[in-house]
Amino acid sequence: MARSVTTTRKTFNTVLAWSIGLLIFFPILWTVLTSFKTEAQAVSTPPVWFFFDWTLDNYRTVLDRSDYSRFLWNSIFIAGGSTVLGLIIAIPAAWSMAFVPSHRTKDILLWMLSTKMLPAVGVIYPIYLIFIRMGLLDSRTGLVVILMLINLPIIIWMLYTYFKEIPAEILEASRMDGAGLREEITYVLLPMALPGIASTALLNLILAWNEAFWTLNLTAAKAAPLTAFIASYSSPEGLFYAKLSAASTMAIAPILILGWFSQKQLVRGLTFGAVK
Amino acid sequence: MSTKASRVTARLMLAPAVILLLGWMLVPLTMTVVFSFQRYLPMRGGFQGWVGFDNYRSFVTSSAFWPSVQATLIIVGSVLIITVALGVLLAVLLDQPMWGQGIVRILVIAPFFVMPTVSALVWKNMFMDPVNGLFSHLWRLFGATPVSWLSEASMPSIVLIVSWQWLPFATLILLTAIQSLDSEQQEAAEMDGAGPINRFFFITLPHLSRAITIVLLIQTIFLLAIFAEIFVTTQGAFGTRTLTYLIYQRVLESQNVGLGSAGGVYAIILANIVALFLMRIVGKNLDR
Repeated sequence: MARSVTTTRKTFNTVLAWSIGLLIFFPILWTVLTSFKTEAQAVSTPPVWFFFDWTLDNYRTVLDRSDYSRFLWNSIFIAGGSTVLGLIIAIPAAWSMAFVPSHRTKDILLWMLSTKMLPAVGVIYPIYLIFIRMGLLDSRTGLVVILMLINLPIIIWMLYTYFKEIPAEILEASRMDGAGLREEITYVLLPMALPGIASTALLNLILAWNEAFWTLNLTAAKAAPLTAFIASYSSPEGLFYAKLSAASTMAIAPILILGWFSQKQLVRGLTFGAVK
Repeated sequence: MSTKASRVTARLMLAPAVILLLGWMLVPLTMTVVFSFQRYLPMRGGFQGWVGFDNYRSFVTSSAFWPSVQATLIIVGSVLIITVALGVLLAVLLDQPMWGQGIVRILVIAPFFVMPTVSALVWKNMFMDPVNGLFSHLWRLFGATPVSWLSEASMPSIVLIVSWQWLPFATLILLTAIQSLDSEQQEAAEMDGAGPINRFFFITLPHLSRAITIVLLIQTIFLLAIFAEIFVTTQGAFGTRTLTYLIYQRVLESQNVGLGSAGGVYAIILANIVALFLMRIVGKNLDR
């Protein structure tokens, strides 16, 4: 039985929720609006809201900075690379724990989770040294590996919770029919697990794209992704609000769009399956 | 039934992940512990001998230590209180019938997807700047003198920025938990004459207790490690130097690796205490 809701109450809820929602979203909206203003309009008193001469100049200026495309490409390479590498390592591991569990599976899962809790600042210098020794400092490869490692526990956990939902009987049936392990994984498990794998990849892309400790500390000019590019605006010269806004909008837009599609999976991934 | 052969294959498939994570954990950790017992200044002569627990003592007796503990506690504590309290209220509100629920939800969770350097810089320049920031316009509108937020009210400013980033996370998880609440229980309580406030305190809140605990623990772990927000706003000045930032400065800025590593070991112990509680809850969940 659905509870009856008066229109007044629904209207009240709607107005209140929209006001709060817009308030929370406002900084993002303001950034996007500012990115279309001229630098003078961006700092004008009183602030201009919607009625200004919309311009794409800031985007052109930011894109014309010879290095912007490199930062963008670095972000794509690092986030994408760490996700793919992470999946390659995590899928077999999660498969193994979900379908052929041993008495130690639970401990292994919890131990993996505990490696995620290691504070980065506690191990920054050793990693820094290892990177220098191996020539990985300021390299995309180095960051791909580090970001893969810090997110691997989340990837394995998330895949594990998805794989657990696949009935083991189906896999057994395929085995009865003579499928080898490789066929079983390629033709039976993967198609069923594909939605779960896709959302895991999505969450990992978001986390890797936004990661801002290792990317800031292990890169300089060559391998720096967008997080570091934006940080370079923190000691600006002259008028720069509109350009900062344009650069910010471009840096967050792809992830905002991806993120909106992955709300539900986000909860599962970030709470290690404890809240679904 | 899994055969012996398939069990062996399964272990082999698990091995790369276990070995990588084991190496990732043990190698740097061991190095940090070893450094913490050394006088090690890479820029000023490198390794200068073993010093026992001196670094551990120096780290906690330096004048910067207690202020940094205080800053950490204030930031983590305030952000936790703000995000959980507002998160519960917001989740309850978003669970109510309304028009455009999906869109409101998108608006509310958006800040979580903004990279930390962007949110910190946008707040710093476009809102908190004492000359051109939106807040200063607002203040002038009411005839007040604009505040130089990040220097005069540095802590509240950082707390505001970090809360804005994490409120979506708390809201989203609590909303998911509320939606699993049995509506018949609510209706029964309503028929028995329980008002909305009683229903909130005696049904919704107890139901949310586990989700709230999880939010608290996960956020604590992430909040103890916040870095970019301070790096691009105050650089640790004006009393915003957290434990994480202090260690970062010791290790990478002043290149006192021994001292910084001792601090790192403290941070690792602290994070593990929090992690232990989290793992208990998550572990219990695995058995179900």
